[in-house]
Amino acid sequence: MTVTERERLIGAPVDRIEGRDKVEGKAAYAVEWSVPNPAYAHLATATITRGTIRAVDATAARAVPGVLAVITHEDAPELADGSGELGILQSPRVAYRGQVVGIVVAESSEAAREGAELLRFDYAVEPHDVVLTSDHPTLYRPDTVSPGFETDTVVGDVEAALHAAEVKVDATYSTPAEHNNPMEPHATTAIWEEDALTVIDAIQGAFFARNEIARRFGLDPSRVRVLAHHVGGGFGSKGPPRPQAIAAIMASRHVGRPVRLALTRRQMFALTGYRTPTIQRVQLGARKDGRMTVIAHDVWEQTSTVEEFAEQTSVVTRMMYAAPIRRTTHRLARLDVPTPSWMRAPGECPGMFALESALDELAITCGLDPIELRVRNEPRVDPESGLRFSTRNLVACFREGAERFGWAERDPTPGIRRDGRWLLGTGVASSTYPARKWPSVAYARRLDDGTFLIRIGAIDIGTGARTILAQIAADTLDVPLDRIHIEIGDSDFGRAMLAGGSMGTSSWGSAVVMACRRLLLGQDEALADTEGEQEESASKHAFGAQFVEVAVNMDTGEVRIPRALGVFACGRIMNAKTARSQFIGGMTMGIGMALLEESVMDPHLGGFVNPDLAQYRVPVNADIRDVEAIWVDEVDTAVSPMGAKGIGEIGIVGTAAAVANAVHHATGVRVRDLPIRPDRLLGKLPR
Amino acid sequence: MRPFRYERALDESTALAAVAEPGARFLAGGTNLVDLMRLGVESPEVLVDVTRLPFGDVHETVDGGLRIGAGVRNSDLAADDRVRMRYPALARALLSGASGQLRNRATTAGNLLQRTRCPYFQDVTAPCNKREPRSGCSALEGVHANHAIMGWSERCVATHPSDMAVAMAAFDAVVHVVSRDGGRVIPLEDFHRLPGNEPERDTLLEPGELVVAVELPKPTYGTRSTYRKVRERSSFEFALVSVAAVLLIEVGEVAEARIAIGGIAHKPWRAHVAEAALVDKPATEESFRAAAEAELAQARPLRDNAWKVELARETIVQTLLELA
Ligand SMILES: Cc1cc2nc3c(=O)[nH]c(=O)nc-3n(C[C@H](O)[C@H](O)[C@H](O)COP(=O)(O)OP(=O)(O)OC[C@H]3O[C@@H](n4cnc5c(N)ncnc54)[C@H](O)[C@@H]3O)c2cc1C
Ligand code: SF4
Repeated sequence: MTVTERERLIGAPVDRIEGRDKVEGKAAYAVEWSVPNPAYAHLATATITRGTIRAVDATAARAVPGVLAVITHEDAPELADGSGELGILQSPRVAYRGQVVGIVVAESSEAAREGAELLRFDYAVEPHDVVLTSDHPTLYRPDTVSPGFETDTVVGDVEAALHAAEVKVDATYSTPAEHNNPMEPHATTAIWEEDALTVIDAIQGAFFARNEIARRFGLDPSRVRVLAHHVGGGFGSKGPPRPQAIAAIMASRHVGRPVRLALTRRQMFALTGYRTPTIQRVQLGARKDGRMTVIAHDVWEQTSTVEEFAEQTSVVTRMMYAAPIRRTTHRLARLDVPTPSWMRAPGECPGMFALESALDELAITCGLDPIELRVRNEPRVDPESGLRFSTRNLVACFREGAERFGWAERDPTPGIRRDGRWLLGTGVASSTYPARKWPSVAYARRLDDGTFLIRIGAIDIGTGARTILAQIAADTLDVPLDRIHIEIGDSDFGRAMLAGGSMGTSSWGSAVVMACRRLLLGQDEALADTEGEQEESASKHAFGAQFVEVAVNMDTGEVRIPRALGVFACGRIMNAKTARSQFIGGMTMGIGMALLEESVMDPHLGGFVNPDLAQYRVPVNADIRDVEAIWVDEVDTAVSPMGAKGIGEIGIVGTAAAVANAVHHATGVRVRDLPIRPDRLLGKLPR
Repeated sequence: MRPFRYERALDESTALAAVAEPGARFLAGGTNLVDLMRLGVESPEVLVDVTRLPFGDVHETVDGGLRIGAGVRNSDLAADDRVRMRYPALARALLSGASGQLRNRATTAGNLLQRTRCPYFQDVTAPCNKREPRSGCSALEGVHANHAIMGWSERCVATHPSDMAVAMAAFDAVVHVVSRDGGRVIPLEDFHRLPGNEPERDTLLEPGELVVAVELPKPTYGTRSTYRKVRERSSFEFALVSVAAVLLIEVGEVAEARIAIGGIAHKPWRAHVAEAALVDKPATEESFRAAAEAELAQARPLRDNAWKVELARETIVQTLLELA
């Protein structure tokens, strides 16, 4: 549908501006840009888990026809900052299986790959340790958890409150390592010229990537330009530049030609980050009426020896419910593994699986409806900061969802509904995600033909960001959509938030509104920067309620999801079509997390053993039958002038708990370890 | 990818001559072989394309059975009316496999000869006796929650991934093969091997032998058959356990039973013990359960896959109940 009437743009289900180009294959992704005389690079990766490279034998690799160069730690250029995951080829150390140990550049991608496979390394192997436990000897308390939260918080005497509580839940949950699997692999085209470096990258933030790349190579940021017009999904894994970008740049400098480098799907499992496995103990104390007096949420998770990543798993518990006494902690084990990183809703997603499962257990212990339990524990102000919530419509989401889902008829008794050999159940869980923004710059210009040019360093990772920003500009300028020319995905457009943290729309949209308003005041062009803007002081979060129906086969333990409904309160919805896609996409990923997704670590070899889409399972269409998302009316101008919060991540938060809670309702079996595989149910199912 | 030569054979004798070259391999739909070439697991010097050979159709035999050409596409076979009416377990098995696109390319012979999905087999950096004899078996002590519970050896605990072959095993299919020395017929049940000391050999097929057809005998009048595939994902997923069952019930008693189980062994597992236990027994859950238990008494689960024994038992029982 194409909407041109003025009033209806924001919120209307406008088609993606670039949708047709994508369907026709005209939208160029990172290694599809046409560049003159490209060479191709392929990475060689470590086949041991820990140790040191003693010697490199590149004879066979160099002998492959078409191979132009082989780069290893022996001859790689020294980076200005050679630390962490991006500090590739700076030393002979191997810190995890799959780490970059070489780059082969060739006339064709086939020759480069063949060369990389023939590159031989002689390793001094050391014993490794790759398995997270809650009593791991390397456990430590990080200084902060991502992206800068306090590691631990304690309010009140937790142990005494737990001891004194009338009703208690004490349970330990776990989530496995999980990998983002965007359709487009991580890929880069790098063009190193004497006075300038151009990087076309599969990246969620061009501006941040430019600064990081400049810093790593010791270049003035003004000499570096990062472009990303189309990005085929990211979910956080394309937030920061990944090693393939550094490798492509090194390779381009080495051969003096543009270089294209795309990771293979298998390489992505070591080189693009993943969600840390978590072990989470949740202790709840409550009065008989379900009102919680105390919550403790203690988390164990992993990081690498290369750099620290501390997932903020129990941070959400600090603001979610009204218990006056609270403790949240995070401990990290330093293992010989790739460094975990962002995956859709880092922190909230695994944390809410544990917290919302525990709430379900509490509801059952108290004999309360799980929705009613959440209503009773609804805080009046943010329990952590004491600030009022700018908007908090969690209860409204539950009420609306209960009505649509038919919750009122639910008999809470577990394990009594059958359809043939299938046990049926329903479950709910809360969702939440912070609503934040970050200062961004937008440029707007009135063109002679009565149209407008908008430029902003936003990135569209497939979410519809480009379209929404055009809608926002059109509405602000009071013109039809076809009068807006929007350009994004270029670091030269100035500082801009990356497509992450569900902050894109609020951050970029605020800047676009600011620039367009200046045009309305009579300027012909305007460069607006939301830096320094006064922010209303309030606790700002989006909320939602997830309803799931499951069917569990009583003989085989197979779990299917006939129905899922998400109801969200995320401020004003900018585009009904792309928003629905984000919500149901998040929910689908949440169903994957609940039932399928799991990166399996081999303790002996030390790597993930299922690194492809046949073995790392994500849901297919047949798994997703009736998934719907709706939203309640909400406008939150404390977050952004459009009244919008972010929507990219909340859809995945709570879904897995809703599934686990529904599985309990269906079967009476509480599965506290994800994913809910048949082997975790077999032998326990009622018949 | 390593360079290789591609040859298209138009008749049996050129195919057999071409494949006699060192490093030569037959290529059918390529959905397994080409994947393995990309992974470096297979690196043939010559690919002999056999999809133009005249064995792309299904026809009835004089005995009332069905002869399925080695080149028949999985999707065509599943849609064949004779298969759907007389061998419904086979149609179901085919349709439960892979995806529409893959079934459009995959062939009868290619499906039979597809390699295991053991993750270590696919990872050239991991020890694997099947890929590299005597390098060790990474799965034995490693990740093996979905590996074999029957008939494995210390050398290899992998399972055969095919759905189609499981159904064919339950129908007493035979495989017709030819070589430059002539032809032979191998019962499908014996076609796939147990790993023993030579896990690198999946089947009895000798190098240079070409599969030309799979023949299904005429089903006994009145038999019913079905295929049940258990999997975590609803589609596009290999079986955790699958069961093909062919049952003839006469006045409440089992007159004939043929059961094959997938996902539990290095080959489609014909459940002879269960079959023998069923014959002349009442077609009830009790006898089905007793038969399943008798069969699975031979199971030797690994450290992490004992759950598959229970899953196999329940799947056998439920599949038989569906036919009772
Ligand atoms: C993602 C994915 C999911 C899948 N899921 C399933 C599933 O759920 N269930 C299932 O059963 N299968 C599944 N498969 C496997 C699929 O069924 C096989 O790849 C396919 O059947 C192989 O047939 P092909 O014709 O493509 O064989 P090819 O790849 O062409 O050949 C396979 C082997 O057979 C040999 N060969 C071929 N023809 C002959 C002949 N006439 N004589 C002698 N040797 C021959 C080749 O040399 C090769 O070694 C899946 C595959 C993929 C990629
Ligand atoms: S089970 Fe077989 S295929 Fe798997 S690693 Fe062991 S030998 Fe290789």
